[in-house]
Amino acid sequence: MSGTLTSIADQVRPLAAGAEVVGIAWLGEAPCFALADGTILRAPEGGETRAPAHPAGAILTAVSDAKRLVTAGDDGRVVETLPDGTSRVLAETGGAWVDALALHPDGAIGYAAGRRVTARDAKGRTRTFEAPSSARGLSFAPKGYRLAIAHYGGATLWFPNLEPKPDLLDWKGSHLDVVWSPDGRFVVTSMQENSLHGWRLQPDRGHMRMSGYTAKPRSLSWSFGGAWLATSGADAAIVWPFGSKEGPMGKAPRECGVRHARVTRVGFHPHVNVLAVGYEDGCVLLVRFDDGAELLARRPDEDKNPVTALAWDKAGGRLAFGCQDGAAGILTIA
Amino acid sequence: MSDKIPVTVLTGYLGAGKTTLLNRILTEQHGKRYAVIVNEFGEIGIDNELVVGADEEVFEMNNGCICCTVRGDLIRIIEGLMRRKGQFDAIIVETTGLADPAPVAQTFFVDADVAERARLDAVVTVADAKWLSERLKDAPEAKNQIAFADVILLNKVDLVDEAALADVEGRIRAINPSATIHRTQNCAIPIADVLDRKAFDLDRIMEVEPEFLEPGHHHHHDDEIDSFSFRAGEVNPDKFMPWISELTQTEGPNILRCKGIVAFPKEPKRFVFQGVHMILDGDLQRDWKPDEKRESRVVFIGRDLNERAIRDGFMACAA
Ligand SMILES: [Zn+2]
Repeated sequence: MSGTLTSIADQVRPLAAGAEVVGIAWLGEAPCFALADGTILRAPEGGETRAPAHPAGAILTAVSDAKRLVTAGDDGRVVETLPDGTSRVLAETGGAWVDALALHPDGAIGYAAGRRVTARDAKGRTRTFEAPSSARGLSFAPKGYRLAIAHYGGATLWFPNLEPKPDLLDWKGSHLDVVWSPDGRFVVTSMQENSLHGWRLQPDRGHMRMSGYTAKPRSLSWSFGGAWLATSGADAAIVWPFGSKEGPMGKAPRECGVRHARVTRVGFHPHVNVLAVGYEDGCVLLVRFDDGAELLARRPDEDKNPVTALAWDKAGGRLAFGCQDGAAGILTIA
Repeated sequence: MSDKIPVTVLTGYLGAGKTTLLNRILTEQHGKRYAVIVNEFGEIGIDNELVVGADEEVFEMNNGCICCTVRGDLIRIIEGLMRRKGQFDAIIVETTGLADPAPVAQTFFVDADVAERARLDAVVTVADAKWLSERLKDAPEAKNQIAFADVILLNKVDLVDEAALADVEGRIRAINPSATIHRTQNCAIPIADVLDRKAFDLDRIMEVEPEFLEPGHHHHHDDEIDSFSFRAGEVNPDKFMPWISELTQTEGPNILRCKGIVAFPKEPKRFVFQGVHMILDGDLQRDWKPDEKRESRVVFIGRDLNERAIRDGFMACAA
């Protein structure tokens, strides 16, 4: 790291989360940390509270839409936590691990336990779908009630409330996480083979192969306008241009925050082209996307604990982060 | 390596006693906590939060090679189990009686995230002393499970006489000259003889009956599986490493397993390697003991292997 890098690490309020941070959500003024030991840590300024959302389990995945934090665990539960700190169990599988989740803007949720995918609409009605192999990632389309499911051999697009047969987007290999572009035009998966695969849904179902990663790109984040997709899995955040109708094919990605350490998490700022980048050694950088200017938000730590979660608040004034060893912090941008 | 979680792959043909062994591991007091990954249709009757079911579907890697396969769901399950790191000491992966052990074993080398956190300790195969000879004739899966094993529990020995036992052990040795064989009844064996073996059973390569180590000598012969071991003195790493890597790349689909302990000149540590098909994993492990003979020994188990070519290739690596 260059000696001239400006540090804003002193603007971080450190936090001892105490267990691996699986996901972070901002609910109102409170950053809420979903922890591997099954608890939710709420840490608004001036007070911390812990709630056992999964008393007998480990949290495997967490998602949030700023109105609620939904967690799922190896106890087979799907639990919703609200801004006031209260929580309730939304679903129980009877013990089967739930390790994929998606939220719909209208309040619906999708969750998966092995091959079984369940969509639960805002009124609480559920529909199920058996994926061809374990469902690894879920994502709702930005418009309409349609769920993308990543699995071995591709991704399936499923309308839970409609009759038509689910639509298979096929591509050989094992597909892990899935995201839908904010304009609904592209579906992108991360793959076991250290690559991304994308499908251009309109006009032609074209394939997009994005390879060259040194690890699986498990963290994917869209810029506020949807023109860029930032990804982890290399010694820099790899940011693909999705601004044109064709998507990124034939164009080079940008590399942000190049270091001798692998990027583990990425998070675009909600209103400007600034990217938060977390690394395998615990370092967090903010990169201004247009000119590549970097700010150091957290130094690499001695034990080299990877950053496992990042989340900006709604206004973009604060960034919460957490690591595998349970270290965490909240950066306030001056 | 020390803080990687050891993984034992437990295989065995139907009815051999695999479930008995697993139940013993889960219920006996031995001071260790195991996370157990069972196949979906398993018969484990134990309610334990660290027992989890996995789909046995085999995934091909995207390189177009038929032998490069993994158990995709295992990667997912191990990722999830790591959220409970510290709550268990080791992982046991149970496979169905019909499963090919190769994709399971390969998963621990091919997936970088899994390989970073867990290490394949041993493949343990439970075999039925009475029926194994028959199964070796009619069930290719049974043969694969013997070929892959580091440790074999020859179970139900009370049902056969000594002559029959010697015969079945001979058949096992013809397929797999270097596995540790334990004779058991009701899988009664100290758990430490089966789990968290580190390279202990690999050391058996050094103790294999001498006639197996005479170049090219076959004690028993199996119609389908070729197995042979060779011995040399010190070998030149600049010759040996390219040779073994080239061999496994070209012959990978035919090599079920290979393993070896190798002496490099002026290197105080033993180089220990093992492979499954094209995948090769090796490192320098403990020092050669003062009273140990600095020898290199390698074992190959596979189908349609060219023994002469492999022997000549290995011998040409001599330092
Ligand atoms: Zn192969």
